[in-house]
Amino acid sequence: MSDRAANRRKRQADKRQGWTDGLTADRLGQFGIGVVLTLLVLAALGPVVSPYDPAEQDLSNRLESPSLSHPFGTDQLGRDVLTRLLHGARFSLGIAVAVTTVRLLVGTAVGLVAGYAGGWVDEALMRLVDTLLAFPGIVLALVIAGILGPSLVNVMLALAVVGWASYARLVRSSVLSLREREFVTTARLLGRSRMHIATRHLLPNVVAPVVVLATLDIGSVILGTAGLSFLGLGAQPPTPEWGTMLASGRNYLRQAWWLVNAPGLCIMVTVLGFNLLGDSLRDMLSPTQTAQMEEL
Amino acid sequence: MNGQELCKRLLTMAIVLLGVSLLTYGLIFITPGDPARTILTQQMGGQIPSQEAVEQFRAENGLDDPFLVQYAHWMGDVLQGDLGHSYYNDRSVSEMIIQRLPNTIVLAVASIFVALVIAIPAGIASARNPGSQADYAAQIGSLIGVSMPNFWLGYLLIIVCSLRLNLFPVAGAAGLEHLILPSLTLGSGMAAVIARLVRTAMLDVLDDAYIQAARAKGLRERIIIYKHALRNALVPVVTIIGLQLSYVLNGAVVIEVVFQRPGLGTLLVDAIFARDYPVVQGVTLLIGVIFVLMNFAVDLTYSRLDPRIDLGGDPT
Repeated sequence: MSDRAANRRKRQADKRQGWTDGLTADRLGQFGIGVVLTLLVLAALGPVVSPYDPAEQDLSNRLESPSLSHPFGTDQLGRDVLTRLLHGARFSLGIAVAVTTVRLLVGTAVGLVAGYAGGWVDEALMRLVDTLLAFPGIVLALVIAGILGPSLVNVMLALAVVGWASYARLVRSSVLSLREREFVTTARLLGRSRMHIATRHLLPNVVAPVVVLATLDIGSVILGTAGLSFLGLGAQPPTPEWGTMLASGRNYLRQAWWLVNAPGLCIMVTVLGFNLLGDSLRDMLSPTQTAQMEEL
Repeated sequence: MNGQELCKRLLTMAIVLLGVSLLTYGLIFITPGDPARTILTQQMGGQIPSQEAVEQFRAENGLDDPFLVQYAHWMGDVLQGDLGHSYYNDRSVSEMIIQRLPNTIVLAVASIFVALVIAIPAGIASARNPGSQADYAAQIGSLIGVSMPNFWLGYLLIIVCSLRLNLFPVAGAAGLEHLILPSLTLGSGMAAVIARLVRTAMLDVLDDAYIQAARAKGLRERIIIYKHALRNALVPVVTIIGLQLSYVLNGAVVIEVVFQRPGLGTLLVDAIFARDYPVVQGVTLLIGVIFVLMNFAVDLTYSRLDPRIDLGGDPT
């Protein structure tokens, strides 16, 4: 890459940070943290505090509009929507964290190996990465999950398989820029093993951008899970998963608008929270690290 | 980009295309259980097929051969434009795709149009007065747009525009009135990303010396913005539109289901649930290939639009 291209990227990155000037990145970031923490508390305590059972049907109270006793109304089987949303938060957050962790671990390992080993290993791994990135993510995940058969576990598997490639690319390009730095050369001259250099010297230096990428990725995993569940591949009714709830609500658009809007709003607020958090974490990175993230 | 670089890029693209086809074909081998049995059971409406029927089906469809033989056979056909036949009605997959493809292309083009119509004015308004109310509004709108699941937005529009106001039909793909809500849904999500980029690019350009020169000449602000600045600011925007193709294709699948629009997305989803593997493979392969070619085209256009851009490839 020429200096000019590098400078250009850097300038773009600086400008990008400027996006939140005025609204102050800090304030948006704090809002993001607030949303995420609130969700965690709600997911942890909500189901315990709620007076209803998410699966308890009450056919005499079907499709009841929002009221004091049912703040988000009831669904087609008379179940309390708020209770189901609170249980759904556990699914969404749990799945998002699990899938993102797998993506992060696999991608980091592959990126470290590719960047440090070089040669045909690097070539082969990077062509695999290119192939995975050659598909629009949700389409590939949809096909994989569909062939494995509809279930929440298969959706998680599919999203994990599809999504590790960008972590590998990020880690590899960080490793390439670190490989020739003095502290790595010194370690090599001191006769440290490859394993030692990779885990003790390279890994700590890629942690920050990888964590930022993961935070930004959580939002897209939540959207992906909800999307696949909405299409009928993920959680099956009566599981109170947000995407599944939205999908069953679509048959009652006329009578009960809250059935699609309540889970939709939950998904949006959650994704927004993680995106804002990720944005403000990214602003804390050094310009070189930001430039590497821009390349993704 | 010189000839050597172009060759290198073409070679890489060929390898990726090979990977895409291997992955697409390999997918059916991850299916749990015996695909022949599953398919026959479905075809016979849930009855358990006899052993002979299963073996005959396998032999007919070449499912007994080793993976690479099957792949080579399939690839040979694909290169001649033959994507195989549906397991269910024996129609050719290419024919089914050709029938559905126009609807998806129309949706994609209309969505990109909607996205630009929203994003360019919003981005310009933001960039002209950073920190103004308009800027805040655009920023907040963009943050929300990026975080909103597009299927929810689709239902919101259906509830408001179709059920309450009776402006548009709920579902179908017959005419223009069936295109408005889906393209609005898909386009506004895209607009959120593009508006961000237009703002950044405009801010970048408005600092340049030639804009100051134009101002010093006393040109009208409107001419400066639209004639001088926008033209240069649009270079990165072209790239992002190319890259947003991923968003369009991902989104089209879901949006077509929401609005029950016959297209590539609904074809894929129906085929997945019916375990109609030739159709699944055909559509997946097509989407992968389109995506790879588009990315390549974007790279080429990008370097042509702005000769300063260096496509060195690997950042090594």
